[in-house]
Amino acid sequence: MALTGMAIFKHMPKTNCGQCGVPTCLAFAMKLAAGGASLDQCPFVSEAAKELLAEASAPPIRGVVIGEGEFALKIGEELVMHRHEKTFFNPAGYALLIEDTEDAAAVAGKLAALKAATYERVAQKLRSNLVAVKNASGDAAKFTACVAAVAGAIEYPLVLMAEPAAIEAALAVTALKRPLLYAATKANLDAMAALAKKLGAPLAVKAVSLDELGELTAKLDGMGVKDLVLDPGSRTLKETHQNLVYIRRAALKKKLRPFGYPIITFPAEETTDDMMETIHAAIYTIKYGGIVVLRDLSPEKAYALYVLRQNIYTDPQRPMQVEQGFYPINGADENSPVLITTNFSLTYFIVSSEIEGSKVPAWLGIVDTDGLSTLTAWAAGKFVPDRIAAFVTKSDLASKVKHRTVIIPGYVAQLSGELEEELAGWKVVVGPREASELPAFLKALK
Amino acid sequence: MAFQAPVETSTAKIRELTLGTKKTVTVGGQNALAFHSFEGTLPNGPKIAMEVYDTTPADWADELKRAIGDVWGDPVAWAKKCEGEFGADLICLQLAGTDPNGANRSVADAVATVKAVAEAISVPLMVYGSGNSDKDAELLKAVAEATQGKNVIIGLAVEENYKSIGAAAMGFGAKVSGETPIDVNMAKQLNILLTNLGVPLDALLIDPSTGALGYGLEYCFSIHERIKLAALKQNDAMLQSPTIANLGKEVWRAKEAKISQADAPQWGDGRKRGIIWETLTATAVMMAGADILIMRHPEAVKLIRKTIAELGA
Repeated sequence: MALTGMAIFKHMPKTNCGQCGVPTCLAFAMKLAAGGASLDQCPFVSEAAKELLAEASAPPIRGVVIGEGEFALKIGEELVMHRHEKTFFNPAGYALLIEDTEDAAAVAGKLAALKAATYERVAQKLRSNLVAVKNASGDAAKFTACVAAVAGAIEYPLVLMAEPAAIEAALAVTALKRPLLYAATKANLDAMAALAKKLGAPLAVKAVSLDELGELTAKLDGMGVKDLVLDPGSRTLKETHQNLVYIRRAALKKKLRPFGYPIITFPAEETTDDMMETIHAAIYTIKYGGIVVLRDLSPEKAYALYVLRQNIYTDPQRPMQVEQGFYPINGADENSPVLITTNFSLTYFIVSSEIEGSKVPAWLGIVDTDGLSTLTAWAAGKFVPDRIAAFVTKSDLASKVKHRTVIIPGYVAQLSGELEEELAGWKVVVGPREASELPAFLKALK
Repeated sequence: MAFQAPVETSTAKIRELTLGTKKTVTVGGQNALAFHSFEGTLPNGPKIAMEVYDTTPADWADELKRAIGDVWGDPVAWAKKCEGEFGADLICLQLAGTDPNGANRSVADAVATVKAVAEAISVPLMVYGSGNSDKDAELLKAVAEATQGKNVIIGLAVEENYKSIGAAAMGFGAKVSGETPIDVNMAKQLNILLTNLGVPLDALLIDPSTGALGYGLEYCFSIHERIKLAALKQNDAMLQSPTIANLGKEVWRAKEAKISQADAPQWGDGRKRGIIWETLTATAVMMAGADILIMRHPEAVKLIRKTIAELGA
């Protein structure tokens, strides 16, 4: 069971050395209790205390890393049922399913497309994370060849879906760092566990029921295989959704260790309809999936899923921020109007999308307001004349445009006089209050 | 070790509202979170209202034109198509043409449209104004009067005009959808104000504002979740009204839904992209607890209907 910060504090060295990054032992203990720190950050905690606290301070859902290096995927370590309670931490990974019965050229094409489907949105890179290679042929030689081809074509970590012997055969030819082995079942538990231990690789566990799942993970934990990923075995939307809710609750609210692992889901095996597959994937992104395996990650589906995942995993306490600067829209040139707003990502998206819709070329100036929206930033003193003026004068705007006029949001009309004083040589025009009024406003400027 | 299902039951439930008269639709009534049929009863499940506009849409995506362009400019034909061909549970007539900053249709003209649509359909009707609070106050009063006895929903009532719209709803027996900007307390406060005015609780619906996928969906998602949690776990009567997500118009404003494949090849199939954008937005708000989804594209509607069936509500 989880300990309180005070209970943990009793076992701390109480030296307040600060080496853990927190000024006092009490504060560190509080952070541990809240799941925001790990015990190994304290260099002086005694072995006895470590053992005592390990259980209590371990995150209720274990963090599992698949792969190594730049493309490694970390899942798990979630602390809440609903994102507003704190935040969701480690975004679900999308895996493209490849079967070893597929034509080699088709596989190469799919992987090239998957690699190309990377995007940038609000200073984050959006992409898929894994490739799941399935031994659908039942032939270890085919599986070996397919794994080699996939690993040669893409750097994403792999999920190896086969029996232990076939996985071992494939890895003898293609060395992989921490692939996810899929899956230990009641029938092959010992062999899979031995393989996972030998390779130091994370292991998925597939069961026919939650009863069986809990038994298998407890056994594996006893055997020293700790990096597990759960597959409750259900292959309908209704049952999988129910299992995802049950497992997350069991781990977080009942502190049931056998269920304290991230979960792998299989939209690919639940439907043959490409659009329904995307919807299943969306639901598992929202509700507790750690890995989502799909057959189709074509750009129109992948991009929508990436944006959904970005939305759901955004920290509610820390709004997404756009980088400060002047952005040209619709091919803005030296005569185009200049609009200024805050770097709250939603403000940026809505304003830029309205300007784009108007088809009027314009410069959009984004002031760093720590991600606050217009009125909030104004009230917090972050969207005020001196800051806006400093932003404009320190930028190269004067060389970008020939005119000397900036447009500010209607909600901060009260700033215009003072801003004009601060910004010598510039004229300040008050724009509309709502972004939706921008197209009409911009068209009228012409 | 047998797995003890960690069920969480609730003694509170969402208020059950029956809408319409000819072919009624009931929303709400559930005592569990969205699609948690394993720990409660969900008698109705989410319902889909399809949008109909009073004027011919301008600048809509090509994909929408392909799907419903044949009925644009004819709200009656549009509404009939949504009911007959696309299987809409409700029709949401958006009187965007009444906006004084737009086509500025007169109240009398708009009411004639409302009457014609109401006569032509059997499913329940929702009538939304343009969002201009002064004009909406006048318009929705006339709409409530003209649709008396048809058990319609009128909206959106906002802080600036809730008194006139609330009074009209009371006077003519309509239900009211109240809109507040992504804030649980403001949603609650508007319901308190409307009930203080005398509007019965079972005539109220909450529209907590909608952000499309990539355009504030996370806020909208969490507000719907928080409203349902407060309603069910804390038994907050003022938040037990069914909730509405007016998502079609938000989704189809997004560049990702609209832009052609030629202009954005990196985003893939231009035809499917908008449908997916609407479908995933609807999926998210529905998983968060929205009871009525206001949608636009018939294929997105079909996909959501299938999803609801698969989730077993």
